[in-house]
Amino acid sequence: MPRNGDANDGHAALLADRAFCLNLLRHLMLVRKFEERVYQLFGQGKVHGTAHLCVGEEATGIGTTFALKEGDLMFASHRGHGQAIGKGIPVERIMAEILAKDTGVNHGRGGSMHIADIGHGVLGANGIMGASGPLACGAALYVKMKGIKDRAAAFFFGDGSSNLGAIHESMNLAAVWGLPVMFVLTNNGYGMGTPLKAAVNDTDLTKRAVPFGMKSYEVDGNDVLAVYLTATEARGYVVGNGAPALIVENTYRTSGHSKSDGNLYRSKEEIEWWKARNPVIRFTERLFEGGYAQGDIDEADRWAARTVDDAVDYAMGCPDPAIDDFERASYA
Amino acid sequence: MREMTYAEAIRDAMSGEMRRDEGVFLMGEDIGVYGGAFGVTRGMLAEFGPERVRDTPISESAFVGAGTGAAMMGLRPIVELMFSDFMAVCYDQIINQAAKLRFMFGGKVTVPMVIRAASGGGTGAAAQHSQSLEAMFCHVPGLKVVAPSTPRDAKGLLISAIRDDNPVIFLEQKLLYGTKGAVPEGDYAIPLGSADVKREGGDVSVITYGRTVQMALDAAERLAREGVRVEVLDVRSLYPLDRGAIIGTSKKTGRVVVAHEAALFGGFGGEIVSVIADSEAFFHLDAPIKRVGALHCPIPFNPGLEAQVLPSAVRIEAAVREVITGGV
Repeated sequence: MPRNGDANDGHAALLADRAFCLNLLRHLMLVRKFEERVYQLFGQGKVHGTAHLCVGEEATGIGTTFALKEGDLMFASHRGHGQAIGKGIPVERIMAEILAKDTGVNHGRGGSMHIADIGHGVLGANGIMGASGPLACGAALYVKMKGIKDRAAAFFFGDGSSNLGAIHESMNLAAVWGLPVMFVLTNNGYGMGTPLKAAVNDTDLTKRAVPFGMKSYEVDGNDVLAVYLTATEARGYVVGNGAPALIVENTYRTSGHSKSDGNLYRSKEEIEWWKARNPVIRFTERLFEGGYAQGDIDEADRWAARTVDDAVDYAMGCPDPAIDDFERASYA
Repeated sequence: MREMTYAEAIRDAMSGEMRRDEGVFLMGEDIGVYGGAFGVTRGMLAEFGPERVRDTPISESAFVGAGTGAAMMGLRPIVELMFSDFMAVCYDQIINQAAKLRFMFGGKVTVPMVIRAASGGGTGAAAQHSQSLEAMFCHVPGLKVVAPSTPRDAKGLLISAIRDDNPVIFLEQKLLYGTKGAVPEGDYAIPLGSADVKREGGDVSVITYGRTVQMALDAAERLAREGVRVEVLDVRSLYPLDRGAIIGTSKKTGRVVVAHEAALFGGFGGEIVSVIADSEAFFHLDAPIKRVGALHCPIPFNPGLEAQVLPSAVRIEAAVREVITGGV
């Protein structure tokens, strides 16, 4: 069970902002439908390689990226489709990359695990656990050395990678150098199939901030408004104080780790319990409580479905990439 | 021209580039007040301040990765690793991150970073502080690898490495730090990928780089007394590699010795030999190519044992004699 965040303050004000909430809902649904479509395309043999889906974790990617500003720099995790969509990369360019097309954001050279779009501040999703921690420190060092105000570097990692030396080293570096890094820890309870309690002795991951003198936040990662409010507060702290912060977002991945996942490490009942509490359902319930109509929900659902359909149509029609000189392309 | 040591030439290159381009900065362990473990950065803190001569925690993964991240944003970090052996501590950041990002991200980023590292043995520093690991980095597409043998080359190649838009592994030979030579003043760049004939000769070619260049020159001097004219080709830059110069000297002499300080087996010398074997130079060979390198053994601490493991002028001289007498 995730610990609930304390952030009910601010929810009412946000719920009153119709345009914001409906946009948030659209994007939650977009990530959900995007991931479901990637899964389906996999089944049809149209996606090559691998993909790590974030079904069930949509609120972490969307809630956090909605709290970022346009110029903010972001390093996504290997389970990063939702993070990339939230940061504003056009969905069709992400889909084209997953389908290995030339029009993909990486021109078909990276695939699902490496979505990058510098123009949107996405300095890449990384296939090596925890490796983006040091890179995020470097991006934040650039911000600091250039004296750029109101800009953060956000970096997504998981409960599994929280045990890597690179994470601890980068937390220490960011803290001792005063770098504006948001360490966004998406705690989905499993490192691949290894449960958190088998990987760490103390499952309170906010304590990872303590030895480095870092501020930490914890939030119910299936409550998109809570994630947004917490990430906004953390961002404000990071840029305001020139110091890093850890944000632990407790959630659950209802999709498999990757296509190889036979779900041998968890029960159907556990998955179903979480499916019934997924971020789309949770937010929809909040919206009804806030006076939104079924029509609002349906409209967001249609928009998301149409956006994914359009993205797939676009990507399917795109050419495969070609490289004339691979050795030259490896260097600047 | 000014007479200076190899270490001073490296400092001269860095200081000149830092004056020229404010995006160039240094990171590393104890490079500030301490001046670096080998004194290479001595005095730079006073001129450039702690923002640009940045002491790091002992966290190689974090600061090499931070160099990559800063380089992705357009800065030009020079990261000092106290010993090249420590590249193994941050292997992921070099191999899976710095080397990969440009290609993997569709050519949209550059990583203009130099990783300077003190390389090689002969100092009694034992197995974890004496390695020559260049072949491992040459094997990774996306990296460039440079190993200068003289103060002049160290300055010229480092300036090019700093201006290069790719991650460059710059291997400084720690026993060469104190060696002196004439170095051009001011802005002096040597293009990466250009070999240099350190001594001309027509009988035998010794193709080498790094610390074994001086050993080859010593061997050549002794052999000259017997009338054997040895050409010493210093490849200087391992990737990109000046294939033309290797083929050229091999065709010229027809007898080749390849030497390096690194362990022979799997060493970069194999690549040099394959350049010859793969080219028209093959038809000009009058004898099998001989290679000289370290034994396949961790570097021992005891000075006598260390000397037995590492190559020497004597061993290079013996190899030259072999390719002369072993002709067909």
